[in-house]
Amino acid sequence: MPPFRAVDGIDFEFGRGEVFGFLGPNGAGKSSTMRMLGATSPVSAGTLRVLGMDPAEKGPEIRARIGVVPQDDCLDRELTVRENLFVYGRYFGLAKNVIRERIAGLLAFAQLEEQADAQVETLSGGMRRRLTIARSLINQPEILLLDEPTTGLDPQARHVLWDRLYRLKRDGVTLIITTHYMDEAEQLCDRLAVMDGGKIVAEGSPRELIDAHVTREVLELRFPADDQAEVAERLRAAQLGERIELLPDRVVVYADDGETVLVAVHGMSLAPITALVRRATLEDVFLKLTGRSLID
Amino acid sequence: MLRAWYAFRYWLTVYARTWRGTIVISVANPVLFLLGIGIGLGHLVDHGHSMTLGGVSYTAFFAPGLLAASAMQTGFIEGGGRVAGAAGSVGAYRTAVTTPLEPSEIMAGHLLFITFRVLTSSAVFVAVMAVFGIGAGWWVLAALPAALLTGLAFGAPTAAWAVGVRSIRNTQTLYRFVLMPMYMFSGTFFALSQLPRGVRLVASALPLSQGVALCRSLTLGTASAPTVAARVGYLLAFVVAGICVARITYRRRLHG
Repeated sequence: MPPFRAVDGIDFEFGRGEVFGFLGPNGAGKSSTMRMLGATSPVSAGTLRVLGMDPAEKGPEIRARIGVVPQDDCLDRELTVRENLFVYGRYFGLAKNVIRERIAGLLAFAQLEEQADAQVETLSGGMRRRLTIARSLINQPEILLLDEPTTGLDPQARHVLWDRLYRLKRDGVTLIITTHYMDEAEQLCDRLAVMDGGKIVAEGSPRELIDAHVTREVLELRFPADDQAEVAERLRAAQLGERIELLPDRVVVYADDGETVLVAVHGMSLAPITALVRRATLEDVFLKLTGRSLID
Repeated sequence: MLRAWYAFRYWLTVYARTWRGTIVISVANPVLFLLGIGIGLGHLVDHGHSMTLGGVSYTAFFAPGLLAASAMQTGFIEGGGRVAGAAGSVGAYRTAVTTPLEPSEIMAGHLLFITFRVLTSSAVFVAVMAVFGIGAGWWVLAALPAALLTGLAFGAPTAAWAVGVRSIRNTQTLYRFVLMPMYMFSGTFFALSQLPRGVRLVASALPLSQGVALCRSLTLGTASAPTVAARVGYLLAFVVAGICVARITYRRRLHG
């Protein structure tokens, strides 16, 4: 059996102050890419430069200037919020008074001032993630790597987190994010690389990706489960829209004008249980490019 | 090397929060063993024929052996479960690797902490021995570096192995099936000369046997320079081999 390739010949570039996202399902190679960018996993072939340096040669120098928010929070449960920030700062060789000064600002940034002396054990998931982000900022990094930053958080906690990330972007920090949430990618990222099976299958801004790969609108039709395949065939035969996808629970018609197609569907005396015209999203781009959904 | 010091300092900070829990196994247990077995059982033994013990009381014979065995135990626990936990998916190493620290520095920092743990708990035990008047005067102090060497001869190879272990339960299995038998058959409780010849040869090759013999001969003031040198060399080989392997296994696990 040949060795498994988590990441296989990918090519990308990002610039200062940009929010760059890797969008793809679990196992697409996003986390492996992030570890290489973070200089904690060797690159077996090809060239990688982070801040102009080679991670194989200058790992410590690169890591001194970047911040990493791992998928698992990896916080010290025995220590308080403040102590977690403190011990992390000490790893960078920062002086005690410098760390104390920065902790004050980071606690405010992460909205954790009231929890400063609480044990990590007592924090909610959203608070822990904000603490992990605050911790990653202790060395004032130029690039922040965030691996699935909002996975496992409730919607409200996600929005609080996004708001914090916008603020970092405004302050000129380069953000590299992996996500399998297309709404997160659309909201946060200036530019995206869509990943699947260790390869980048498309790259561009969310708008560009949608314009290049799918129609402006999407019509989603739901029929009784037994009829869906047959209906999809009839719609294809009638050449409605640009493309028709048959999903387990619905038929999706890609068209620049969804309403017109819907009228035509009714004209064929088909009666969908539900019909929805919506704007095309990155989810549709992913489906088009890979034939699969982002979240299975 | 400065960054290894940062890693050591991290473990000290965590230890400052959690040291109470370690006192029982590292200090209280050995001292209770010394009192219970040394004085209680020793009373029985000393009324029998104790010439195999080299003409000293059973307590004086047993105490330095227990010192070495406890140092081994501390080295193993610190290098085993704690390292495996730190290398796990949410462990302390996962945080340290995202900082400028290199895997070898994370390893060196942890070995410094293991050194600290073995040294401090052995020092308490040596102090108790001194209070009981065990050993040939100040010679008892020479047992402290010997105990440290014994602890590291187990701590370093254990850490090299444990960093790649996926389940902490594996370290407990090793403890039950390798460490405990060694604890029993390394001349801690009785003289190896009492064993049949074949068993004796195997038993005396165990690293703990060498650690026990080293601690005992230094404590009782019966050490000769060539045997001390040989035993120190033997134990040192385990430390050095442990460090060499750990440099590889740490990089493999942490920068894989």
